[in-house]
Amino acid sequence: MTTPAVLDIRGLNVDYGLGSKAVHAVRDVNLTLHRGEVLGLAGESGSGKSTLAYAVTRLLSPPGVITGGEVIYHPRKGEPIDILDLGSEQLRAFRWQEISLVFQGAMNSLNPVHTVRSQLTDVLKAHRADMPRAARDARAAELLSLVGISRDRLGSYPHQLSGGMRQRVMIAMALALDPDIVILDEPTTALDVVMQRQILRQLTRLRAQLDFSVVFITHDISLLIEFSDRIAIMYGGRIVEEAGSKEIYETSNHPYSHGLLHSFPALHGPRRELTGIPGSPPDLTAMPSGCAFHPRCPRKFEPCDQRVPVLAPPTPGSDRSVACWLHAEH
Amino acid sequence: MPEIPDPPTAEVPVSDREIVLEAKDLSKHFAVRRNLRNLADRNRPVVHAVDDVNLKLRRGTVTAVVGESGSGKSTIARLLAQLYPLTGGQLLLQGKPVRAARGRAFRAYCRQVQMIFQDPFGSLNPTHTIRYHLTRALKIHKRAGNTAADLEQALKELLGRVHLTPPERYLDSFPHELSGGQRQRVAIARAMAADPQVLLADEPVSMLDVSIRLGILNLLRDLKERLNLAILYITHDIASARYFADETLVMYAGRMVEGGDSETVTQRPAHPYTQLLIGSAPDPDRVAVEAGAPAGEPTEAADAVAEAVVATEDDDRAGEPPSLINPPSGCRFHPRCPKAMERCRTELPPRFDLPGGQWAACWLYAEDAEERPVLKGAPA
Repeated sequence: MTTPAVLDIRGLNVDYGLGSKAVHAVRDVNLTLHRGEVLGLAGESGSGKSTLAYAVTRLLSPPGVITGGEVIYHPRKGEPIDILDLGSEQLRAFRWQEISLVFQGAMNSLNPVHTVRSQLTDVLKAHRADMPRAARDARAAELLSLVGISRDRLGSYPHQLSGGMRQRVMIAMALALDPDIVILDEPTTALDVVMQRQILRQLTRLRAQLDFSVVFITHDISLLIEFSDRIAIMYGGRIVEEAGSKEIYETSNHPYSHGLLHSFPALHGPRRELTGIPGSPPDLTAMPSGCAFHPRCPRKFEPCDQRVPVLAPPTPGSDRSVACWLHAEH
Repeated sequence: MPEIPDPPTAEVPVSDREIVLEAKDLSKHFAVRRNLRNLADRNRPVVHAVDDVNLKLRRGTVTAVVGESGSGKSTIARLLAQLYPLTGGQLLLQGKPVRAARGRAFRAYCRQVQMIFQDPFGSLNPTHTIRYHLTRALKIHKRAGNTAADLEQALKELLGRVHLTPPERYLDSFPHELSGGQRQRVAIARAMAADPQVLLADEPVSMLDVSIRLGILNLLRDLKERLNLAILYITHDIASARYFADETLVMYAGRMVEGGDSETVTQRPAHPYTQLLIGSAPDPDRVAVEAGAPAGEPTEAADAVAEAVVATEDDDRAGEPPSLINPPSGCRFHPRCPKAMERCRTELPPRFDLPGGQWAACWLYAEDAEERPVLKGAPA
């Protein structure tokens, strides 16, 4: 972790609803994204991973409310900016220019009545108003070839492209303004494995070429282990473990990470009896006391149902952290 | 973790178990919607969703059908459940041909062949309790008994079978009060209410949270073993087929391309498409291999897999299956196949038997092929 931080999330809290009925979707999340790295965010549905992405980009729509914390963006040059303090005009200039987002089911977020060209140049028109038309068209063509689609597809409408190509158009659009950070929210969930691998390889290559950082959100942890540098695992709105992807694969400290990793049958090696994790993910409206995972945890003991464990390194000086009483210093 | 005794029911080899449901040369074509351009056309175009599929479901055996979306795997499940009329071919239930899409004969067929759907959020009626869903299934299949006490007993037994205990807690709840995994268990209980011989499971876990998927697969395996069920497991996840199924069939663009024992098909894939599929599946062990950690000796099969993936890497269209309205001539995989030969473009490859009960529909394995690949580790 020698590269400097590009995004610093400190004590972020997000609620849905207000007052006593509020549901705490994200609680006390601390997370750092370093320049040029791929940070994987894993978790099941309802763990708060998508909410976190929307909060960071200030795209939460009511009843979602950010109730606390800060999100500091460190530009290449200039002063750090707290994204949560930006006004709406500043925010408009900031989004896509610095952080862009590829949504879940992105294939369907293209407008069906506009051509690929007009949707790609639209981004440039909004942000680079002084750019001449020819330059915009040239940039759109360049973007398409960047993601491996031939230029003559510029005039196509979304329905003329396959799912994989539409997804790549979305990725091209996210890269249009050379952002520092690209957030991918389940970018390949709707695609087949062959296409998924192709797109991810392309992303890896583009990242090396264009030098941006990636936050990769998915429920498929085996995919993250292959494609990300570091992984943060979320459960019930909190990060329960964060470590390098190889470390987490070799030794996972949190019982939930362990369970998650052992929920995927392997393609190679001996066939083992797998059990998954008993019980079901927590209901955010009725969260268990203490550690949210304790009702499902095979290794729970005395403090687990009373006090919430804090995210801390298991041993002093370690560059990974875990929120579990098993690894806390008493 | 204990290793499963491999194969799970080692006493009777899979190929000797009794065949419950058999499909012979199954085809299904869907007519394309009439529009101005083809209004006058006598031969309206059709989508070749499934062509010439042969399938045997055996007692106490899980047969997996693996394929990408659009490969026709769900159509197969629906054809076997007789939800669609067949375009061609024949279904045999316990050796007797069946062709009844309605009436008493259809209900008798349903009693034997039950289906579980992908989406437990859509397959249960949100306005009715679990008790209603299960009672209805029991009554339709005449297993509700004569008295209220009999019915209550049957309901409790059903829920107990799918490990929803205590049953009282679930019987009077509505679907929205249950989690996805619990709902899928109710859907399984409803299928079990008919006391079927065959269970058709169409992607039963793909809509569920990762941590509870294995619980459902283990439950299905348990039911298979206790009740000697024949299960068809439709999935896009070849790793779960290896985990759960005894036999695996691979589908591409409406045709079966490879089949055999699950372990053989996943460890020693013969068809170039299977190799591509396995090479593309996320596999954390690959990271370990790249890092230089020992992860078993590299095999020729592994080389073939890597080759198949690399070959498609930079091709724009390589990741896409063909149109099924005008499927490619010859082998449907040939436009994407790294090993395509002249013959693949024109002639449809038949099944070629390989050692160990495996087969592949690929010209590479023809008797007169120039370079017949040798599958390493194949039993002689």
